Amino acid sequence: MVTLTFPTWMEPYRALATGKMSGEQWQALLRQLIWPVLGIAAFLLLWQLAAQRIDTSLGQFPGPSQVWEQAGSLLDEHQASRAKEAAFHERQEKYIASRLAQQPEWEPVYRSYTGAPTFFDQIGTSLITVMSGFLLASMIAIPLGIFIGLSSTAHAAMNPLIQLFKPVSPLAWLPLVTMVVSAVYVTDDPLVAKSFLTSMFTVSLCCLWPTLMNTAVGVTSVSQDLTNVSRVLRLNAMSHVRKIVLPSALPMMFTGLRLSLGIAWMVLIAAEMLAQNPGLGKFVWDEFQNGSSQSLGRIMVAVIVIGLIGFLLDRLMLMLQRALVWDKSSVQR
Amino acid sequence: MKALLELSNVGMKFDTPKGQFEALKDVNLKIESGEFVSLIGHSGCGKSTVLNIVAGLLQATDGGVILDKQEVTEPGPERAVVFQNHSLLPWLSAFENVELAVKQVFKKTKSKAEIRDWVEHNLELVHMAHAMHKKPDEISGGMKQRVGIARALAMQPQVLLMDEPFGALDALTRAHLQDSLMEIHAQLGTTVIMITHDVDEAVLLSDRIVMMTNGPSATIGEILDVKLPRPRDRLALADDPTFVRCRQQVLQFLYEKQRKVEPMPKRNSANTERVRKRA
Ligand SMILES: Nc1ncnc2c1ncn2[C@@H]1O[C@H](COP(=O)(O)OP(=O)(O)O)[C@@H](O)[C@H]1O
Ligand SMILES: [Mg+2]
Repeated sequence: MVTLTFPTWMEPYRALATGKMSGEQWQALLRQLIWPVLGIAAFLLLWQLAAQRIDTSLGQFPGPSQVWEQAGSLLDEHQASRAKEAAFHERQEKYIASRLAQQPEWEPVYRSYTGAPTFFDQIGTSLITVMSGFLLASMIAIPLGIFIGLSSTAHAAMNPLIQLFKPVSPLAWLPLVTMVVSAVYVTDDPLVAKSFLTSMFTVSLCCLWPTLMNTAVGVTSVSQDLTNVSRVLRLNAMSHVRKIVLPSALPMMFTGLRLSLGIAWMVLIAAEMLAQNPGLGKFVWDEFQNGSSQSLGRIMVAVIVIGLIGFLLDRLMLMLQRALVWDKSSVQR
Repeated sequence: MKALLELSNVGMKFDTPKGQFEALKDVNLKIESGEFVSLIGHSGCGKSTVLNIVAGLLQATDGGVILDKQEVTEPGPERAVVFQNHSLLPWLSAFENVELAVKQVFKKTKSKAEIRDWVEHNLELVHMAHAMHKKPDEISGGMKQRVGIARALAMQPQVLLMDEPFGALDALTRAHLQDSLMEIHAQLGTTVIMITHDVDEAVLLSDRIVMMTNGPSATIGEILDVKLPRPRDRLALADDPTFVRCRQQVLQFLYEKQRKVEPMPKRNSANTERVRKRA
């Protein structure tokens, strides 16, 4: 006989299927499924009702069904664009093959497809940009945070600067970053686009602060007892940092990283919108400028996708945190 | 015979916002190799300060400490410390916590296999072999303290320093750990200085009990030799005349000669309660 084991969260569903529900399982079912579904349904209903009453210059505000329609059409457009691209490459291959057959000494020139990026392309661009910006910020913020945490001199020297730059909005950095990137990044054969660098640096500048501060605090708050252990063992400075300080600071560091990634995603959309750099922000802006009757519905799709991606990024960090951090109580949801 | 450890005229003045505070003055003590010495005194009198000076974690402002003809200037594994709240690294297992210390002390003299054996041996000594791959928050307070003791013993210290090692434990766990400690002391002959606020514990474990006067400017008030043969058995000792007399002497010192005039912390008032009942 085969016995199936279920994960605990599935237990209520199994019990429901077999018709044996305990009071506690009803509670769990309510909490996990019924309340969230009711919440979403209520939201959709309110949205629908409100949307009917809002008339904009671009027509009525889209309700859930129109937004769903637009999501479908965005997917269709993406597939159409991919089909076009495939057809283009096929044509090119054919042309090159036939020409080579007549003219074997000819050097073939391959061109890449240059269609307008679809909604899904923009999602990809945004994800790559946010990850690059976040990684760059982490690479700066973690070592700097450790340094500031270890040296009270460094802390005293940098603290005013941190406090000054931390609250600066991405929109204020953007013109400066754009100008500096244009001035410094001059090459004939660019490896990456200037707009990518501008977005990435803006994201980094805005999202490095939580990681920096949390790392520094984590490092400073290493318990005196553990420092005493390190002194009794005569650990040298390197081992002290590696074996005592870093593991102690890891939970705080991760809290900071998670906050940073959230900020990075928010900042990126704003930066793309303002600078018209490729990505979801630009998609929103283009639709707004475009001003067709479908624009608002398409923007609403983007809003929901932006929220969903933000949520997934946060879950990703949470999973990493759960896997890597020893202090499970420091991992909040 | 020359003493292994010697404190001469040790004094400690702390700089505080309200000016200098003299915590210790003229502390003189000689401890011989293999001796088990307890420090007892009211809370805040300066016991931890004395221990930290011997450990090298604090630098005395007057006088000094000599261990085996060498002046103590910094902490080191030859003066291993067992801290009150275990101080294990929470991200390492019991084994890894002990291993960290063993690797640091014996990395030049022991091979990998020898290091592993030595770690395991010390965990067995404190009866923790069965849970050595658990993390500190997966084991009880008493077990954590056992691992802390194993870590200190594994450094093969000349002196083992313990700051209220069993203070946070319940009575039953404490009794178990006291028995383990007596066993280890008999087996290894380690020199031990232990701070305690428990009179029975001091008498049961010690060769000598060092009683400290109340601060500020605390110093050693009396030293009591506990001339009870070893091995000692807690049940048999309960109405042993020497045990009872020693106990009485310490209690007298603490609650008559060094009676605390300030409002006492809860734990001490509980002790006085017990004294009154027995008297
Ligand atoms: N770093 C310090 N700065 C100022 N005063 C201190 C410091 N450490 C201890 N003291 C004071 O010295 C006295 C003795 O402290 P301590 O050795 O911890 O007492 P005990 O361990 O006997 O309870 C206390 O009055 C305490 O307030
Ligand atoms: Mg103390």
